[in-house]
Amino acid sequence: MITAVRKPLEEIMGFAAPYSRVLLLGCNECVTVCYAGGRKEVGILASALSMAFLKEGKKLDIVEQTLERQCDPEYVEEIAQTIDQYDAVFSMACGCGVQTVAGRYKDKPVFPMVNTMFMGASERQGVWAERCAGCGDCVLGRTGGVCPVARCSKRIFNGPCGGSTKGKCEIDPGVDCAWQLIWDRLKALGRTDLYSEIIPAKDWRSAKDGGPRRIVREDLLS
Amino acid sequence: MKTTSNLEKVLAAGHFAATGEVGPPRGTDAEAVRKKAGHLVGKVDAVNITDNQTAMVRMSSWAASLIVKQMGLEPNYQMVCRDRNRLAMQSDILGAYALGLNTMLCLSGDHPRFGDHPMAANVHDIDSIQLVAMVRRMCDEGLFQGGAEISNPPKMFIGAAANPFGDPQELRVLRLAKKIAAGADFVQTQCIYDMKRFKEFMHQAHDMGLTEKCYILAGVTPLKSGGMAKYMATKVPGMTVPDEIVKRIAGAPKEAQAEEGIKLCVEQIAEMREIPGVAGIHLMAIEWEHRAPEILERAGLLPRPQV
Ligand code: SF4
Ligand code: SF4
Repeated sequence: MITAVRKPLEEIMGFAAPYSRVLLLGCNECVTVCYAGGRKEVGILASALSMAFLKEGKKLDIVEQTLERQCDPEYVEEIAQTIDQYDAVFSMACGCGVQTVAGRYKDKPVFPMVNTMFMGASERQGVWAERCAGCGDCVLGRTGGVCPVARCSKRIFNGPCGGSTKGKCEIDPGVDCAWQLIWDRLKALGRTDLYSEIIPAKDWRSAKDGGPRRIVREDLLS
Repeated sequence: MKTTSNLEKVLAAGHFAATGEVGPPRGTDAEAVRKKAGHLVGKVDAVNITDNQTAMVRMSSWAASLIVKQMGLEPNYQMVCRDRNRLAMQSDILGAYALGLNTMLCLSGDHPRFGDHPMAANVHDIDSIQLVAMVRRMCDEGLFQGGAEISNPPKMFIGAAANPFGDPQELRVLRLAKKIAAGADFVQTQCIYDMKRFKEFMHQAHDMGLTEKCYILAGVTPLKSGGMAKYMATKVPGMTVPDEIVKRIAGAPKEAQAEEGIKLCVEQIAEMREIPGVAGIHLMAIEWEHRAPEILERAGLLPRPQV
């Protein structure tokens, strides 16, 4: 999923300063799962903002709503009838959701309430970690199911570098060395032979270096 | 002989090689390069010129290499994967070769987090093994990484680094084998204090036939003080320093620690010369270049062969 963390209240208050009535818009997908921008977080932020404004002797009218998916035009259409009632939309979705709303309602200011972080997975309650960098040409089949692009600090395809120590990456003893994980998995799979093949220089066109990417599925076009 | 590299000539003639190292300054002072390198003129077969080492901005490696070259020293031009994409790397290699550099070392580079620009983009378009393969192809096939032909291709003596002490231990020789398969002509190792583990590493490399295919130069760094010994033992990623070495240096009286460090270094070089497959040493006397000649002299490595 896409992970996010909420922006600091002060930054959000800065966005809100010129407005008197805003729509605080949550999303039911990834940001709900990572407790950053779902219905519950919408409620929490609304209260925190109202209180902070009251303290300053100001009033901000906040209407709470949560859509099924903010990255999907179909659901974003749901606010078409009411959008004119607001000075601005405060979106709690990831950057994809914020842009879908902004793209649909061109004359309405839309502000992000979260910092979108990475594509990751939950490691345990309250901890998420990066797993995929969306490189567009997956090598997990050669690397024991551990991603060298997203999880090696130097994106090394033929690792590990000389800094790998006791299973940890040289940058931080709290970060696992991806190549230690790869090697452990290859051993467990009985596929250490895969290690000796040199993985050639990557074609980054499939990743973001080829320009903004799109998927067009002819079979689904209407 | 594939190149005009002095280091290649020395190694090919069967001599035990000695290389040194100079870190370029954090400014524009060419004199600072000359001063450091001056201690090494005539004392080493090549001198590594580091590339933004420890991820700190310094005078570019090729420029400092050129300054050193003009002094009659052979630079070993270092290049890391952290700061440049493959376009920039290849154009630097062409320029370096055009200016007379013929020996280079391909490295991953320390993570930006360790340096003075932790906020910088961390490029890693290709990794160090892919860099070796890229330079090999540029030289042997006259082709750019992208496949187009190079007019007047470079001829580099291509080096790589190896750390016998990083983890996972079992991969250390296998990764060395990959670097050699990618086309490394020579390898310089991380500085060695744990001689037992290094011997095991070399034994394995020797058994796999790697020492036949590639020259391996063992890294040594003299310990200047007990403080430095402790720092190397605890703070440098992927480095092991046995307790007895820390105790030996730190246990000496303060004013005698530097001498003890040099003594140890000379002993290490003597021991390395006896290890099958070790083709030379790489002396990294960090900010201690002026002591390098004494170490080389006492280790019996002077004068250097003229080939
Ligand atoms: S190899 Fe690419 S697609 Fe596969 S997990 Fe890594 S970044 Fe994602
Ligand atoms: S220590 Fe491991 S994860 Fe960190 S940069 Fe080196 S190979 Fe990659």
